[in-house]
Amino acid sequence: MQITVRVNGEAHTRDVEPRLLLVHFLRDELGLTGTHWGCDTSNCGVCTALVDSKPVKSCTMLAVMADGRDVRTVEGLEQGGALDPIQQGFAKCHGLQCGFCTPGMMITTRALLDENPHPTEQEIRVAISGNLCRCTGYENIVRAVRWASENPAASEHPAEEVSA
Amino acid sequence: MTTVEEAPAVGFGSHPRVEDARFIRGRGNYVDDVQLPGMLHSAVLRSPYAHARIVSIDTSAAEAHPKVKGVITGAILDTLKLAWMPTLSYDTQAVLATDKVRFQGQEVAFVIAEDRYSARDALELIEVEYEPLPVVADAKKALDPGAPVIRDDKEGKTDNHIFDWEAGDAAKTDAAFANAEVVVSEDVLYPRSHPAPLETCGVVADMDKVTGKLTLWSNNQAPHAHRTVYALVAGLPEQKIRVISPDIGGGFGNKVPIYPGYVCAIVGSIVTGKPVKWMEDRSENLISTGFARDYHMHGEIAATRDGKILATRVNVLADHGAFNGVAQPTKYPSGFFHIFTGSYDYPASYCQVTAVYTNKAPGGVAYACSFRITEAVYLIERMVDVLARKLNMDPAELRMRNLLRPEQFPYTTPTGWEYDSGDYPRALTEAMRIAGYDQLRAEQAAKRERGEHMGIGLSFFTEGVGAGPRKHMDILGLGMADGAELRVHPTGKAVVRISVQSQGQGHETTYAQIVSHELGLPVVDIEVVHGDTDQTPFGLGTYGSRSTPVSGAATAMVARKVRERAKIVAAAMLEVSVDDLEWEQGRWFVRGDREKGKTIQEIALAAHSSLELPEGIEGHLDATCVYNPPNLTYPFGAYICVVDVDPGTGQVKVRRFIAVDDCGTRINPMIVEGQIHGGLADGVGMALMQVMAFDPDGNHLAASFMDYLLPTSLECPSWELGQTVTPSPHHPIGAKGVGESATVGSPAAVVNAVIDALAPFGVGHIDMPLTPANVWSAIQGRPLRTDMALE
Repeated sequence: MQITVRVNGEAHTRDVEPRLLLVHFLRDELGLTGTHWGCDTSNCGVCTALVDSKPVKSCTMLAVMADGRDVRTVEGLEQGGALDPIQQGFAKCHGLQCGFCTPGMMITTRALLDENPHPTEQEIRVAISGNLCRCTGYENIVRAVRWASENPAASEHPAEEVSA
Repeated sequence: MTTVEEAPAVGFGSHPRVEDARFIRGRGNYVDDVQLPGMLHSAVLRSPYAHARIVSIDTSAAEAHPKVKGVITGAILDTLKLAWMPTLSYDTQAVLATDKVRFQGQEVAFVIAEDRYSARDALELIEVEYEPLPVVADAKKALDPGAPVIRDDKEGKTDNHIFDWEAGDAAKTDAAFANAEVVVSEDVLYPRSHPAPLETCGVVADMDKVTGKLTLWSNNQAPHAHRTVYALVAGLPEQKIRVISPDIGGGFGNKVPIYPGYVCAIVGSIVTGKPVKWMEDRSENLISTGFARDYHMHGEIAATRDGKILATRVNVLADHGAFNGVAQPTKYPSGFFHIFTGSYDYPASYCQVTAVYTNKAPGGVAYACSFRITEAVYLIERMVDVLARKLNMDPAELRMRNLLRPEQFPYTTPTGWEYDSGDYPRALTEAMRIAGYDQLRAEQAAKRERGEHMGIGLSFFTEGVGAGPRKHMDILGLGMADGAELRVHPTGKAVVRISVQSQGQGHETTYAQIVSHELGLPVVDIEVVHGDTDQTPFGLGTYGSRSTPVSGAATAMVARKVRERAKIVAAAMLEVSVDDLEWEQGRWFVRGDREKGKTIQEIALAAHSSLELPEGIEGHLDATCVYNPPNLTYPFGAYICVVDVDPGTGQVKVRRFIAVDDCGTRINPMIVEGQIHGGLADGVGMALMQVMAFDPDGNHLAASFMDYLLPTSLECPSWELGQTVTPSPHHPIGAKGVGESATVGSPAAVVNAVIDALAPFGVGHIDMPLTPANVWSAIQGRPLRTDMALE
């Protein structure tokens, strides 16, 4: 099937098998390997991407279901060379260790802050409860999201300390 | 709480992580991200039975699939003498089954295809005829007369016995028990669990037939050990094998062993001449790769009536699965379990362990267990609470009465370990201060009056981490010592190459900090190279919390060697004797004339210049080091957990968790705290949710994340951390390992808290996990067995 998906603002047209999962479309077809794959059952959330601004588990969505829609992945968080406040928050608050859950966590919490710019701790915990992390015990992820909510304009200031 | 804002440019402190720059951009490079030209994909056919004879395998339909490039079976591997491979415990394990399958999920055939979907399709086309056999699913029945013999591949094997092992003084311990005023005992199961890193195991194998070089991208925790094992098993020359451990999405001991899929991918690449990627899925990870625990323990404590512990005695039945695949030092078949004597002062102790085969996946030593110290700590801390209940004594008071005192260090335990340093009462006092222990007890008493069930649980742990020394500790004959290489470039920037591999520990930051601390170079000027056997010195890898105690020490020592070389160069530059020089952070200067000195950067340039150096001194500024630790390091800590239990549903809510850890010098406090947070979540998961249970036919009942429940942000409280600092006297910078401390120490605190909450119901013990069903049943007086489905 031929599909056209806008990913991080760019349209991609591909001929794909109807059974191709969105996560494999992103990773294998488009080479966007920041979106990870972890469980097959929608439990772990490392494959989370935004589809029309809503976080979805891309391991349980077919690529053809994304035809004509807008997808945003971790690679699309950085805009014009400036990091998203969520990205800065994760680095500043040590919200990641192995980094495997991080893209899904950041995408989920970006969506949270888009809907609710000033969430409570409990609202943050509920929002990320569909994303597992095996390293951080969630403590510093919660802090990272809170930091981002308190610094919404951070993206206007490129963060030297987290540049490569 | 430590934040990166406190980060110093040089030396120790909460420096932001160097590796985050790529991770927050989705630019990590995990093994499934590796794409090579012409790369093929693969999939493993697995056994649906826990125990069955293989009658026939027909792969013809799979081979006829247009996108399939090859199908490998045990029979094919047998012609290459690769159907079986050695485990890390001198047993053997089937790579692909030839005679029979011995656990559900065991590897039977391997399909190589053009893409991952086609490889999966082809699995459906393979016909295997099985003849089911009676199953040993329950370790307690493994040694029954007439039990089916699982390992009939081993010549003369007539039962499922693996080994008996003991430690301590049986006679002295028995005597102490015979004369004791009080004896308590309890059956304590540490159920089978799984580390479940979010990234599953995988490999890309690329055999270049022209150069004869095999390159493996493999998410393993011990690249050098893997390379040597591949050389020994496959007969490939070791210099022609390059193992790259790229970014790893969590390890926790799950990624120490060599798995059949790795061997098959190598064979697949040799056969097809193309790179072959093998990536297991979540179910495969849970049912076939290294599990953890599965220790059936019977503990006893002898004590005086006023609460002085006199002796401990333990019997263990250890379920090792179908192949003895535990990854631990050779001389220690039960790992470091003899540390079950705990943190207390008493003279007599004895333990006996019997290990058996069952029709379950191999493994046992994994999941931040510090080589079975997890099981040991859980047992002794549960038993101390059992004793406290019997004596009607506050568990904090009982612990305080028996803790080792600071002046007793170094302390030799009744089972022979030498604890290096500690101030245990200080740590427990600090935890009780943070918790507001007395107020909590008052709150609990008031709530009990109202019929509410609040519990307060304590645990105190001592760990021994950082294996070797190598004279005592090896894996498959490879001594547990680790190398480091350091080179300072002419412009004063440096590269340090280390033997250990990060799975999220932040080595690229902390190892730069160690060099920075020793040489005064800014952290950002130091590149850390790891995870590539062609680029790093030999070492045994990252597990058992051994990176900082061993490789961190090697890094400090190699930096000191460079500093001493720099001293000679500085003396030549300043035209003074080396004896006249003194070091301060980043420079050598003339004693008594502080202005006259040379910075490490100036020295680095001079070392590469035409400056004349003393006879016998080579130019440049570099060094190598192999660090053989004189002893383990012994981190410790005091944990307090507060829970609320709903007796109507059995639901447990962890309201607070206080953790005071002492891991000696903290290189990067932010990273240390992060690791503790993660371990505490493990403890909550293990205590309340996670279990790999089986039915009597050996069917795995936790084969996905829908059945194997991991803690989310909602089960975890906001952790309350404290610290004390008692440096290790034998580690060059006084550091101890910490990566597993919280996983080891926390489950007992959670369970003790729940049992404390249930005291009004007369519940004295419940085996983990304390699921609502298990807690509710215990309240009803009908405790469930958690590791087996109802027969």
